[in-house]
Amino acid sequence: MPRVLTGNRLETGDVLWWNGSDWSPRIADAVAIGDEGEALVARLVAEERINDPVLIDVTGEPGAFVPTTTRERVRASGPSVRADLARGSLSVEVI
Amino acid sequence: MYRYDQYDQAIVDARVAEFKDQVARRLRNEITEDQFKPLRLMNGLYLQLHAYMLRVAIPYGTLSGTQMRMLAHIARKYDRDYGHFTTRQNIQYNWIKLEQFADLLDDLSKVEMHAFQTSGNCIRNISSDQFAGAAADEVADPRPYAELLRQWSTLHPEFSFLPRKFKIAVIASDTDRAAIQLHDIGLQLRRNDAGDLGFRVYVGGGMGRTPILGQVVRDWIPVGQFLSYSEAILRVYNRYGRRDNIYKARIKILVTELGIEEFTRQVEAEWALLEPLGLDAPQAEYDRIIAQFAPPAFDPAANDDLDLSDPDFRLWVEQNVHPHKAPGYAIATISLKPRAGIPGDASSAQMDVIADLAERYAQDEIRVTHSQNLVLAHVRKSDLYAVWQALEAVDLATPNLDLVTDIIACPGMDYCTLANARSIPIAQKIAAKFENDIAEQRDIGELKIKVSGCINGCGHHHAGHIGILGVDKKGEEAYQLLLGGSGAEDASLAKILGPGFDENGIVAAVDRLIAFYRSARAAPDERFLDTYRRLGPAPFKAAVYG
Ligand code: HEM
Ligand code: SF4
Repeated sequence: MPRVLTGNRLETGDVLWWNGSDWSPRIADAVAIGDEGEALVARLVAEERINDPVLIDVTGEPGAFVPTTTRERVRASGPSVRADLARGSLSVEVI
Repeated sequence: MYRYDQYDQAIVDARVAEFKDQVARRLRNEITEDQFKPLRLMNGLYLQLHAYMLRVAIPYGTLSGTQMRMLAHIARKYDRDYGHFTTRQNIQYNWIKLEQFADLLDDLSKVEMHAFQTSGNCIRNISSDQFAGAAADEVADPRPYAELLRQWSTLHPEFSFLPRKFKIAVIASDTDRAAIQLHDIGLQLRRNDAGDLGFRVYVGGGMGRTPILGQVVRDWIPVGQFLSYSEAILRVYNRYGRRDNIYKARIKILVTELGIEEFTRQVEAEWALLEPLGLDAPQAEYDRIIAQFAPPAFDPAANDDLDLSDPDFRLWVEQNVHPHKAPGYAIATISLKPRAGIPGDASSAQMDVIADLAERYAQDEIRVTHSQNLVLAHVRKSDLYAVWQALEAVDLATPNLDLVTDIIACPGMDYCTLANARSIPIAQKIAAKFENDIAEQRDIGELKIKVSGCINGCGHHHAGHIGILGVDKKGEEAYQLLLGGSGAEDASLAKILGPGFDENGIVAAVDRLIAFYRSARAAPDERFLDTYRRLGPAPFKAAVYG
């Protein structure tokens, strides 16, 4: 099962996904992370600029990854009860 | 209302300066997140699913118009234009940015507000009766005593690192509108035959993983000594409360493990040592604080006439307006449970309207209720129609207080990192079945549905006539159904009825429960809870599970 890397930006709390070279606010930009994931997380923890960096399981293809847990789907889409605040990169319907 | 003196303001200013420095050091990477996290939590700042979440304390749920307008300003400037009023009479913002936090704290402190002690293992915001100072049945306004507790517990050096969080509620009537038996300490102000004021003291109530009702540790403590007595309770807890197991750390577990007799003996022994030390506030301080809660100047010419010819207004008056102790006045509850709404949420624009109404018509006071509604406590009856029209214009006049659509729901998995399941959509789906038919809601009568997204119980599901608890069932959201709880003076804990449901299943189950209740009630005014208490769970179980 593919994994992607996510976390929250220290300064803003914004939910972010790793796009291979930088952070993106859209899960649609996320890349699948291979065996290098754990080392990447360890580096990010040490850098102290992203809170709670974590690898999460997703299904689907790059560009349309969908997290396997409801919690991570809510993080990716925005609150399911506020369509007006949706992040746009993952439809609230998939929650 | 209480106004800060120089000491209150100095404490807040010093704490704000301290935390601003801690934030700045974190932003410059001079401290790690592990070092910073406990500091931000002590200042009410959490990291939730979408951003930082800030919880602002509203002492005993009382706000001025100016304070409410500041809460609106904060929602507008630093958040996404809304806030969430909670069951602990506080407000939470869901989209806060750390880099703007220093400015936000400055803004809050300008109106004598702050966010510290809204998280962490300390004495949290003191809660009280939303009708304080207005209810006909109170022996005195409970808020001066809540304010004394606030001052006593603010940065109390001995009680800043308790085994676990600690919640105190204070009321002053036999009707319990603050769920005192579900607090670590519940205080009921009473008057004895000699006319003196004193407290009945409950201890060891709480919800969460192990719900327990508070027990009486002392039937009478004179008001002059209630602070030293509270200190004695906290001391026994601080010394013997369990720090080895977070699930057993609340005072309710200590009281249960020791038994109320032994716990009482220890508190009394501690108090015997403490009381002579003169820890209680001097009479002058009581007088100073009580004077600040002096009743507003009610107009003796205000009369009780009310034109109820507008049927929608009449519905609202019948459902959301309560009698006031002063002739010609009334207590109006503003429902934060509109059609298709989110329980407890209010937009900045709505908060501004409420602030204006409070200043113009309600002696500049607003209250937050533990069922996530707001109250204008002192409204002239002759102004009620104007108030209603203004509320109606911003969707704040839903006439559903205490009815099936007046549902408590915690943020659940739409916002909260600890959640197992979403709470808000369940509340919305249940409400949707009834919200277009107010006559049907009124026929069903008082029905308190309370939804929590996990076992922590922030949505009071254990105190619900119908309680709903979100659980995780192999990665899927699922819901348990509980019946028979009450957070009022007839307090009881709800019990699980049977196997859980998925999202649609729980909504259908509630429907079946209500249909059964309507067919089984002994009289039209027998409440759901009373029918349940009379018949027991078996027929309700049969109605739900067939
Ligand atoms: C979203 C962030 C929140 C977090 C992380 C959180 C965390 C917790 C935890 C861990 C407990 C269990 C305490 C225990 O059993 O020892 C708890 C209980 C509780 N919380 Fe929350 N909560 C949150 C939001 C809320 C909200 C929004 C409300 C009000 C609607 C609230 C009100 C309460 C109440 C009333 C209890 C149960 C009373 C008791 O302490 O026994 N909390 N919370
Ligand atoms: S009950 Fe659970 S899900 Fe709901 S707010 Fe509390 S901690 Fe979060």
